[in-house]
Amino acid sequence: MVQINLPQNSKVEKGKYFKDKTGSKNIRKVNIYRWDPSTGENPRIDTYEVDMDNCPSKVLDLLNKIKNEIDPSIAYRRSCAHGVCGSCAMNMDGKNGLACTKPHSEIKGDINIYPLPHLKVLKDLIGDLSTLYKQYESVEPWLKTTSKTEKENIQSKEDRAKLDGLYECIMCACCSTSCPSYWWNGDKYLGPAVLLQAYRWIIDSRDEDRKERLKKVADELKLYRCHTIMNCTNACPKGLNPAKAIASIKKMLATS
Amino acid sequence: MKSYKIIDHEYDVVVLGAGGSGLRAAVGLSEAGLKTACVSKVFPTRSHTSAAQGGISAALGNMGEDDWRWHMYDTVKGSDWLGDQDCIEYLCKEAPRAVLELEKYGVPFSRTEDGKIYQRPFGGMTKNYGNEPVQRTCAAADRTGHAILHTLYGQALKHNTEFFIEYFALDLLMKDGQCKGLIAWNLNDGTIHRFRSHITIIATGGYGKVYYSATSAHTCTGDGNAMVLRAGLPLQDMEFVQFHPTGIYGHGTLISEGVRGEGGYLVNSKGERFMERYAPKAKDLASRDVVSRSIAVEINEGRGVGKEKDHVHLHLNHLDPKVIEERLPGISESSRLFANVDVTKEPIPVVPTVHYNMGGIPTNYKAEVLTLNGSEKTVPGLMAIGEAACVSVHGANRLGSNSLIDLVVFGRAAAKRAAELVKPGTPHEEISQSETDKCLERFDRLRNASGSNSTADLRLAMQKTMQSKCAVFRTEKTLKEGINEIRKPFEGMDDLSVKDKSLIFNTDLVETLEFDNLIRQAITTMDSAYHRKESRGAHAREDFPKRNDEKFMQHTLSWCDGKKTKIDYRPVHRSTLSNDVQYFPPQERVY
Repeated sequence: MVQINLPQNSKVEKGKYFKDKTGSKNIRKVNIYRWDPSTGENPRIDTYEVDMDNCPSKVLDLLNKIKNEIDPSIAYRRSCAHGVCGSCAMNMDGKNGLACTKPHSEIKGDINIYPLPHLKVLKDLIGDLSTLYKQYESVEPWLKTTSKTEKENIQSKEDRAKLDGLYECIMCACCSTSCPSYWWNGDKYLGPAVLLQAYRWIIDSRDEDRKERLKKVADELKLYRCHTIMNCTNACPKGLNPAKAIASIKKMLATS
Repeated sequence: MKSYKIIDHEYDVVVLGAGGSGLRAAVGLSEAGLKTACVSKVFPTRSHTSAAQGGISAALGNMGEDDWRWHMYDTVKGSDWLGDQDCIEYLCKEAPRAVLELEKYGVPFSRTEDGKIYQRPFGGMTKNYGNEPVQRTCAAADRTGHAILHTLYGQALKHNTEFFIEYFALDLLMKDGQCKGLIAWNLNDGTIHRFRSHITIIATGGYGKVYYSATSAHTCTGDGNAMVLRAGLPLQDMEFVQFHPTGIYGHGTLISEGVRGEGGYLVNSKGERFMERYAPKAKDLASRDVVSRSIAVEINEGRGVGKEKDHVHLHLNHLDPKVIEERLPGISESSRLFANVDVTKEPIPVVPTVHYNMGGIPTNYKAEVLTLNGSEKTVPGLMAIGEAACVSVHGANRLGSNSLIDLVVFGRAAAKRAAELVKPGTPHEEISQSETDKCLERFDRLRNASGSNSTADLRLAMQKTMQSKCAVFRTEKTLKEGINEIRKPFEGMDDLSVKDKSLIFNTDLVETLEFDNLIRQAITTMDSAYHRKESRGAHAREDFPKRNDEKFMQHTLSWCDGKKTKIDYRPVHRSTLSNDVQYFPPQERVY
């Protein structure tokens, strides 16, 4: 018999309410997904009233303010704070992005913050990315060449330009976790982040393994679960276009 | 004390940290057939190497004549003669090979017209021993660190390095003055892991977060440095903190020196290109300490821009938009996001911002950790590399693009030395349980702290004190006040509050452990600065404006058990490694 209802412990409950204590006239409500695996309790949404007069502009600043001044127990990843390390990817106002580059002024009404969708949650806003990392390993992200020259490999400016829009990926997983195809088949479909990286090595003029690399991804599940939904490209906080990279791989396979 | 589940591991070598230097070492160790573990508190590509922008220095000579000896001279001069010249020789001589190796690993370097690695001018990098600017800094647009870090992670995967990711290291395991491994806490499931190893390589980066405004990531807390202090070993030259001339005003985000390398310049409220006055020859491409001090003087003398006259402008709107798009795309993005500036039309508001720690764990050029016991002695079983280490190649001031090359040259050197010292599979000695107990006692005490001071408040007090008492310019008075003030946040830990008591991703406890690490380094920095009564490189004393070679051609060593520090000195190495180059005797440092 198919189970129609969600399991009891997956229901998100109403959590604690943290009232403003500063007396500020400029308050916003921030709703944050909370779950602590050690308690055995259901996930909940805690609400924080935050004084916006003394809060810098990004969602990460807001989270830091809550953690430093209201509730130190809230857990999220963060590091560089300027959009290069990819740690603080999360779902804000229903959209995936980096908390450190997303201005909270762009969000109307209450600010809702959730972990990246469809990942196993480890705690609060921290998702389990281990599957994605294993998939990344599977595309063998290193240069394969037999050249034994002591000098550098020569690469024309034009060939180098083909890597632009690919090598900048910060592996934040905003794209893959916004992709419905990846939600349903995340264990088999490589997803936009990893396929973008696969293409980065396929198209590198210095690499001598292009044929093998193409053969390896030419799989109904690994590659062709992409249905050009384009959520990935919409979600990328670095303005990259994984959908285009996937289309390029498909085209190379179709014409080779 | 509650008993913790301890899981034991045995490795030939353990590398702590998975940034540029840690990954390069791990690759070399795996290649040498040593059983290697790489332990990191963040996933490797989240490491702060990813934030390095401008490039990596090496005298490849792709853009005109160059010589590693010129690079060496520039580095010695940049260091204000505090760098050890044997180590600097090694760095500069090995640099070209290290960069070519990165290219072969797959780093997507920008290219010249004839397809070679593109090189740009950078501060302090000159031709023919200080004559005119040279193009020595190899770049992948303005995302060089990101490109190198991701490539090195790929290489580590290729060599099947074993990673322990999101493990927070607690302490070193020491026995009779030798390092036997380390203890770490697995954030994913809350277990404690004891790694026994013949060699432990610390590659934990800098500790920029002791300051309020820094280009450093939240995770730059110098955990390895603090582990070394707790093991009763000294840190070196901690007073030398680099302020990068161009952090975005109000936010601290780094704007690469590559901007000035590509032709950008600084301007004060009078519209003057003031660097022409301070460094007539190198101008905006003088060494970082010189440019930062010049900006500070302009601001102090009332020629700053903005409502508060407390910053200056960096112009690149005169550059061809195509050049900006091709070579500086990342800083265009940062300027838009964090300063709301379109760099093709307006200047970027910038201010000197804490950026790099020249100081750290003392090592020789083979990456072996040193201590002082009558004379220089190596610490068996312990190595340090990258920003955590003080080799010392950067001395009193690091040149831009010399940090990335430091990572790969000494990451490789550490692996090479470890392969000489350890035979794969050598059995491990027993270590007493008391080391583990001591480490877990501290962990448990902090975890269960139920006083009234929040970690965030203590950290803020520390950061504000460092920012006001140990900044670009220092005096006897500010430093004396600083010495007293900086101990208060440490004392505040006696009445600490940690709200989250769990063991899985307890980031409240992580930040507390990080604070415990930071505050010890803040104290050694302040005390080391107080005792160095001269001006050299990044350490500018208004009351002692001259360099004093007679007394201070010495590295500061500082031990710290919390509140109390002990300061001692060891002489700078005054010889080169080989006869390929002559020792550069101290000169007056003008740009």
